[in-house]
Amino acid sequence: MKKEENNSRPKLDTIILKTATNYLLPLLIMFSLFVLIRGHYLSGGGFVGGLIASIAFVLHSFAYNTKRTISLFRFRPLFLIPMGLSLSLFSGLLPLLISKPFMTSIWFLNKVDVIGAFGSALLFDLGVYLVVIGVVLTIIFTISENV
Amino acid sequence: MLLLIISVFIVGFAILLLRPAKDSKYFKFLSILPFSLFLYFLYFIPEIQSGQNSLIFENQWIPSLGISLDFKIDGLSLLFSLLITGIGALIYLYASSYLNKDPYINRFYCYLTIFMGAMLGLVLSDNLISLFMFWELTSISSFFLIGFNTTNEESRKSALWALSITGLGGFFLLASFVMMNSITGTFSIQELLSQSEVLQSNYQYYVLIAFFLLGAFTKSAQFPFHFWLPGAMKAPTPVSAYLHSATMVKAGIYLIARFTPILSDGEVWNFVLMSVGGTTMLVGAFLSVFRVDMKSVLAYSTISALGILVFLLGIGSETALLAAATFILVHALYKASLFMVTGIVDHETHTRDLTVLSGLKKKLPIVAVCAVIAALSSAGVPLTFGFISKEIIYGSTFDFDYWTYNSVWILTALVLVTNVFLTSAGLLVGIRPFFGKLPEKFENIHKPDYKLWLPIVILSVFTLLFGICPFLADQGIISSVTTSILRSSVTQELHLWHGWNTILLLSGATIVLGTMLYFVIKPSHRTIERFDKLNEIGPKRIITIMANNIKIFAFKYTRFFHNGYLRSYILFIIVFIIGIVGYKLFSDVTLKINTNDLSPFRIYEFVIFVLIISAITVITLTQSRLTAIVSLGVVGLSICLIFVVYGAPDLAMTQFAIDTLTVVLFVLVLFKLPAFLKFSNTKNKIRDVIVSTAFGILIAMITLQALVYPSNKEVSKFYAENAYILAKGKNVVNVILVDYRGVDTMIETIVLSIAAVGVLSILKYKTEDEERRE
Repeated sequence: MKKEENNSRPKLDTIILKTATNYLLPLLIMFSLFVLIRGHYLSGGGFVGGLIASIAFVLHSFAYNTKRTISLFRFRPLFLIPMGLSLSLFSGLLPLLISKPFMTSIWFLNKVDVIGAFGSALLFDLGVYLVVIGVVLTIIFTISENV
Repeated sequence: MLLLIISVFIVGFAILLLRPAKDSKYFKFLSILPFSLFLYFLYFIPEIQSGQNSLIFENQWIPSLGISLDFKIDGLSLLFSLLITGIGALIYLYASSYLNKDPYINRFYCYLTIFMGAMLGLVLSDNLISLFMFWELTSISSFFLIGFNTTNEESRKSALWALSITGLGGFFLLASFVMMNSITGTFSIQELLSQSEVLQSNYQYYVLIAFFLLGAFTKSAQFPFHFWLPGAMKAPTPVSAYLHSATMVKAGIYLIARFTPILSDGEVWNFVLMSVGGTTMLVGAFLSVFRVDMKSVLAYSTISALGILVFLLGIGSETALLAAATFILVHALYKASLFMVTGIVDHETHTRDLTVLSGLKKKLPIVAVCAVIAALSSAGVPLTFGFISKEIIYGSTFDFDYWTYNSVWILTALVLVTNVFLTSAGLLVGIRPFFGKLPEKFENIHKPDYKLWLPIVILSVFTLLFGICPFLADQGIISSVTTSILRSSVTQELHLWHGWNTILLLSGATIVLGTMLYFVIKPSHRTIERFDKLNEIGPKRIITIMANNIKIFAFKYTRFFHNGYLRSYILFIIVFIIGIVGYKLFSDVTLKINTNDLSPFRIYEFVIFVLIISAITVITLTQSRLTAIVSLGVVGLSICLIFVVYGAPDLAMTQFAIDTLTVVLFVLVLFKLPAFLKFSNTKNKIRDVIVSTAFGILIAMITLQALVYPSNKEVSKFYAENAYILAKGKNVVNVILVDYRGVDTMIETIVLSIAAVGVLSILKYKTEDEERRE
């Protein structure tokens, strides 16, 4: 292996993959959000949704490189973790405002189109979603940059 | 009460926010904390006096296990609380001047405050488990205090000694507490009091008291565990003063006193306490007079004093308990005083060597007066509080009449010898540095700050006050201490004058002989070297050898099980699982395999089966890493297919995503590794085949076995029925994750986050050391 390749993966320089990724990335993220939202009624949820979104970014990093993928974010994926955790915690604390125990779900009475009923559980799931993306991307990107 | 103890800890940590350089002059105000606690505890004295035996403050902690944070105030715990906070207040004031130039003074106060909180918790706890928790906390916080001079290797070593000896005792103590619980079914000390006969008639009684006393003896430095205490002298002097007079080492005494009404059977218990205490007091007193270092003299005399206390608790008569209670207070007063005097001398002259020091009374008049008072109190001269306690100690050996008549004289002689040596040791520290000719080099020492001498003045005032009016101490607290150990009211009182009798003769003889001894034995460096050679064959040596062997064993053990190869970790884990689960499966469960309930074999399953088998075959035979990884991915995806076939789409989705990511990860990691090497030889392969086959069989057996037992469908039915009603969700899996068991999920996400941060910190932030190496 040559010296300069020691610090980055050898390029998969396929134009097909690159072009496909450009379209697949938004699609996969939309799909992951879809999986996240429908989780309460059908198969899916924050964890799987987060994994799918991470796979989308990992695919992108394979097609281009890690640096370029990170530049898609405004901040390091690491920061998604505290964001997600605090969102989950916030959704758990919400019921305290209407003097119900910690982590009780509260729901809006009116159903929203497409999503269905909207409640704090969805917010919680969104937190999980963010944590999972943050964790997976942090681990994979760190390893790919440093190993 | 709980709030009070917790707030002590909070204040302790809050002290860290103070900056040593800027705020040094404010540290003296920290003594307001122990002082206000002292006043708070004083307020309980009338209630304790009025015959109310104990006040209980109940707080639940883990009610299902019978563990609570109940606190109890009775005479005994009140005396200790007053000592801890009262002497604590003086120490806080003293240390603010003693350590004012130390860059880590805020840390010092943090440790000291935590230590004080732990001690308070220890003496006030009414629950065995919370008592043990505070007990260990005192060991840990004293570890930090003793090792406060972290740059000094000796200091670190002594701290480690103290921690390992008292920690070892702690294990035994915990074992005895667990035994008490298993016999009586309660962790509450209050309830144990009524169960003492149950405990004593149990066949495990002797083991129990052996474990219990090991815990107490190690903490209060009884022979042969005494050697950690002189080592603890490496601590800053305020710490020594606090540890030796009011706290740490007295914790063991407290514990023995607290459990005397529960565990004392009147024979074995007393005999063990008397012999161990007797040996300790003799050894400690004997060794104390040959020291050269002032602190060292005090350390050995503390050991001796602790021996006397254990000895008195061993005698166990009313007089002896009264003597013990008095002596705790007397010793705390004069020992704290002498230690602080030592500290001042050290601070001003920068030496504690008794062969050098003399004539300091010209330069430090107030300190000299207080030192003399403390020394006289330790010698038991009339009009000091020490006299009264000495009288009553002799009184208690005199009353000892339930063995033969001879034993009275033997015990009295023992105490006499001890007291003679202790008298001499007290004079050595309290008189010697202050009288005689002042060496020239000490001509220009400056006067100590008021924060240094005020505490010892206060202590001396109390020593004289209680010495002249003993009824103040007696009615104030001592009699209620005795009551709470005896569990019945006391008839005896402390008097200044007992009349012309043998005891007075003994007291006089002690003083005369002690003074003579003081003039006979001159401290010299030659004798001390000779005594240190004795230590080579002493208990310290034995325990050092033991400790070294344990270290060697631990090293070998760690090298074997933690050799850093993932493959051997996995191997060990699997072998242990096979061993433990396999043993349980074949010993306890009657194996029944019911083939009737198995569903017929379908074509999908057959396809998946073939897929998995062929993928595994490829893995084991391939010569390329990438192929192996991809094949592993095939196995994972086939398992996803199984989930799909059996209707678990959520699981399948998650597994699918995880498997994809795992393969990616493996590729990332392995890509950089050198080409496939053959690490395994035939021997390893055979071993791996055996282990994996055994593990596979075990899992298959468990799975088949699980089918035999009718599964409980209640839970899944509840979730299925209520998912929509309670949580407005139709996907039960998701509802469980985000709603029913939401807290679990939250904790899991935290675990994930920790893993990510771990990976990041290991790979990204290399230590400077590593970077330099690269």
